[in-house]
Amino acid sequence: MDVGIVSYGAYVPRYRITPAEIGKTWGIDGEAMGKGLLIHMKSVPSPDEDVITIATEAARNMMSRCNVDPKHIGAVYVGSESHPYAVKPSGTVVAEAIRATPEMTAADLEFACKAGTAGIQMCMGLVGSKMIRYGIAIGADTSQGAPGDALEYSASAGGAAYLIGSEKIIAKINKTLSYTTDTPDFWRREGAPYPQHGGRFTGEPAYFKHIGSAAKRLFDAMGSRPEDYQHAVFHQPNGKFPTRMAKELGFNDQQIKFGLLTPFIGNTYSGAVPLGLANVLDNARPGERIFVVAYGSGAGSDAFDITVTDEIEKYNRQAAPTVADRLKDTLQLDYGRYAKFKGKIMMG
Amino acid sequence: MSVARHWRETPGRYNLVGTKCGNCGRIYFPRRSICPECRRASFGKMEQYMLKDHGTVFTYSVVHEASADNNNLKPYAIAMIRMDDGVLVTGQLVDVDLDKVEIGMPVRAVLRKLGDESHIATINYGYKFVPKDK
Ligand SMILES: [Zn+2]
Repeated sequence: MDVGIVSYGAYVPRYRITPAEIGKTWGIDGEAMGKGLLIHMKSVPSPDEDVITIATEAARNMMSRCNVDPKHIGAVYVGSESHPYAVKPSGTVVAEAIRATPEMTAADLEFACKAGTAGIQMCMGLVGSKMIRYGIAIGADTSQGAPGDALEYSASAGGAAYLIGSEKIIAKINKTLSYTTDTPDFWRREGAPYPQHGGRFTGEPAYFKHIGSAAKRLFDAMGSRPEDYQHAVFHQPNGKFPTRMAKELGFNDQQIKFGLLTPFIGNTYSGAVPLGLANVLDNARPGERIFVVAYGSGAGSDAFDITVTDEIEKYNRQAAPTVADRLKDTLQLDYGRYAKFKGKIMMG
Repeated sequence: MSVARHWRETPGRYNLVGTKCGNCGRIYFPRRSICPECRRASFGKMEQYMLKDHGTVFTYSVVHEASADNNNLKPYAIAMIRMDDGVLVTGQLVDVDLDKVEIGMPVRAVLRKLGDESHIATINYGYKFVPKDK
């Protein structure tokens, strides 16, 4: 039985701030910072948005593109590192908001930036073993960087939702595998408002090692090479890392063009690979093959080999806004309003 | 508002679920248990009805003095929306430049946080309106 993507939906908040504007406040050349990170601007959630509202919007977009009865959904997994509640699942609200309750299971997942792809793997298992007919996996975040920290220039908000099933799949998942170790490159303790990171430790032994290792194992398992794929999507904490990773693995700029969104929206953490893949699917044609590797600090990588099917021609992509639509019509913020939006100002 | 009261209103707040009178076909939001037009004739005939999520601004007002719930959003617009199903629904208009708000503007319902005053209480979610995607 083929298991794959039946539908998908994306959401990025409308507000933006530029690295130059953030830098102005801290007496840092933000523009140079942005150029170094390859980030032109980042998305900012409205004060009334959080992971639950972002996941809901993505899930509603996903549902409006297909004719699946929400009552046939057997699982809802929301992956995030910024779930609004420490105890009370985000997935319950999302499921209610798409009228999928009550005969289904739900759980919130956390694995830094790869909890959304972990959800896709869980749904694949449940669908493949016929325990459920359809499952939803969502990756979404409203990430925070401490004021003045390097992460403040990249941490943004957004998410994408995937309906996994075996009927009318628009993209078949040929294979998935993971690579996981105990690597403390980035963490946040319960109750701590902002994450801590291991500085330079976040590059070589963390991001590059895990994505590279998962990618090589996927090539081996599939007997494939970079030129067999039209598109590649890698986790993108900034624009620089995935560009370098792609080059090291043998992919060219054309292959990562659609999957690389960080320059325009910043690092959406758990939303990053799901959104990059959504932009690829917005533009994909039947028969095209997609190479995907997510990364989550702590650390691990989930890799996917995906082939777009003929079904995508009949699929109602127009029924919901595309990722490109979400990059237009933005509202720019100055740092003062941004700080108020993100709750960085303590009220007495 | 109590946790229980919010919870009871969830279908309306999350999904704009109102009622339709099985006798005359009129649509109501929020939900009603009897039709004020048909009265007794509507007993047992009121059905759940989910509004379409699109409408246009019927009238609006800009709020400058907000409650603590909306402190970070003020000033903001409150609008009466003429939904595509014909009913009027009042809600906050967000993600919009206030000087671009106008009567007749097409909008779409989205799920947002309605208020988040205290970091230990439940977070209440419900519909608000954003400009329709172009
Ligand atoms: Zn009636």
